[in-house]
Amino acid sequence: MKKTATENSRYDLIDRRTLIKGSAAAVGLLLLPQVSHALPEDVEAEIAELFDTREIQQGKVTVTVPPISENGYSVPFAVDVESPMTEEDHVVRIVVFAEENPQPNVARFELGPRAGKASIKTRIRMGGTQRIRAIAEMNDGSLWTSYAFSIVTLAACVFDPGT
Amino acid sequence: MSGMAARLTVFCGALIVAFASEKMIAQEITSFADRPDLSPDKVQSGFNFLTAETQQLQTDSFANPGYLWVDKGQRLFTDSKEGKSCQFCHDANSEGSLIGAATRYPLVDSATNALVNLEERINLCRTRHQQLPEFIYESDELLSLTAYVANLSQGMPFDVVVDGDAEPFFNQGREYFFQRKGQLNLACSQCHDDSWGKMLRGDRISQGHSNAFPGYRLEWQTFGSLHRRIRDCDVGVRAEPYQLGADIYKSLELYLSWRAADLHIESPGVRR
Amino acid sequence: MSTIRIAAPTIANKGEVIELKAMIQHEMETGYRRDRFGKEITRDILKYFECFYNGESVFKAEFFAAIAANPFLSFFTTATESGTLEFRWIDQNGVASSQSVELEVS
Repeated sequence: MKKTATENSRYDLIDRRTLIKGSAAAVGLLLLPQVSHALPEDVEAEIAELFDTREIQQGKVTVTVPPISENGYSVPFAVDVESPMTEEDHVVRIVVFAEENPQPNVARFELGPRAGKASIKTRIRMGGTQRIRAIAEMNDGSLWTSYAFSIVTLAACVFDPGT
Repeated sequence: MSGMAARLTVFCGALIVAFASEKMIAQEITSFADRPDLSPDKVQSGFNFLTAETQQLQTDSFANPGYLWVDKGQRLFTDSKEGKSCQFCHDANSEGSLIGAATRYPLVDSATNALVNLEERINLCRTRHQQLPEFIYESDELLSLTAYVANLSQGMPFDVVVDGDAEPFFNQGREYFFQRKGQLNLACSQCHDDSWGKMLRGDRISQGHSNAFPGYRLEWQTFGSLHRRIRDCDVGVRAEPYQLGADIYKSLELYLSWRAADLHIESPGVRR
Repeated sequence: MSTIRIAAPTIANKGEVIELKAMIQHEMETGYRRDRFGKEITRDILKYFECFYNGESVFKAEFFAAIAANPFLSFFTTATESGTLEFRWIDQNGVASSQSVELEVS
């Protein structure tokens, strides 16, 4: 797009020193780990893609994360779903979302009656304080959800130049 | 994951608040009696400054990720594809057993009169006895072997020699600990002797002991050496860091082993 | 070769629900980090995990960049018969790592 005359004249008002400082700052900004966050809409879009517009009910699912995580790089996570895990009545899938991460998907699990118990533990990354949400899909097609919050504290000395 | 500039600004701000009223540091501190804030009855492992979840991660003998390196180290230790394995001389049931060995490092190598830490000893073993090339410091192989050997001393207290040939190294390491450095003009002692237990942003400042290392650091998302940890502190106060394996870091390592008094080796420890 | 740790019982009663734990050495590089020269570090993650009980899939996981480095998993299965439990990871490029353990069911 062509610059308008007004914009050009505005640029002319900036002296060279300011411009140099400004460019240096811009370069500096580019070097920073600027990562955008997912939005609740992104999670909704993922959910719509996975489950269409089916109703998601509260309950049956328990998400466990520590109330305070001293480091977002490794947060203990557990999800448990109330289910007899029989041939007739079992969990088929569990999906996990972190709404504030750069990308909202965390993990998806597939299980069945052979599991005996719908209980999974792992360690996840959290890009800041947020809620972690899980949705369980049953073999009858019903969907259940719950979430848990964790406050992620920032460490004091978080500057590692790598090796 | 927000901008690092913001983090650094807050960090500097926190330090200014924390240390604005700090007195000048003592020049000559040679015994525990000279440092009332860190007398043996007050010495605490960094473990005590972690949240319950991180403590559980360390004490879980399966899920502590540091054991991935211990396991790999054990595999390398017994590997005889390139000739004599480490195990050949250092079988746990033989006189060459390395159980307890890590408690005595760093120590002065009689052949060269140089201070040698565990990583360097493993490399010396490779060049002197196995006719193999040295591993690069912080390579996965050297970290793994060090992790395995250090783990053989888990639960044992440090037992380093700080007099005789070791004295000049010890003095050099102690000097470094009390020397102000970097743009923030801070000495190790100002955080880890004078201010432990206080909050620095989200962290409770630990006493800065070395007994978790080599260990798994959440911030690194991987396993690393004590020297890498020390270098992070140097970078943290905006000082020019030394190379991993540098003489000054080995001397500091000796001072830290002595300073940890009766603390037990936890390697593979887990830290923030 | 990645280092793998598996925790699984070696014996179990028929019908018993047993916990299986698996951990593998992997950086799970997110693709969001930059190195000290400011250059983006390419994403490199494990994408799938699957557990096979005598060849039959009993548990599957799909990982995203939000799974912590050196992925750890704990899940359950019902002991049905003696045989082999195979744990298999597949990275984003399709490269697989796996380890098996034997289970005796009485």
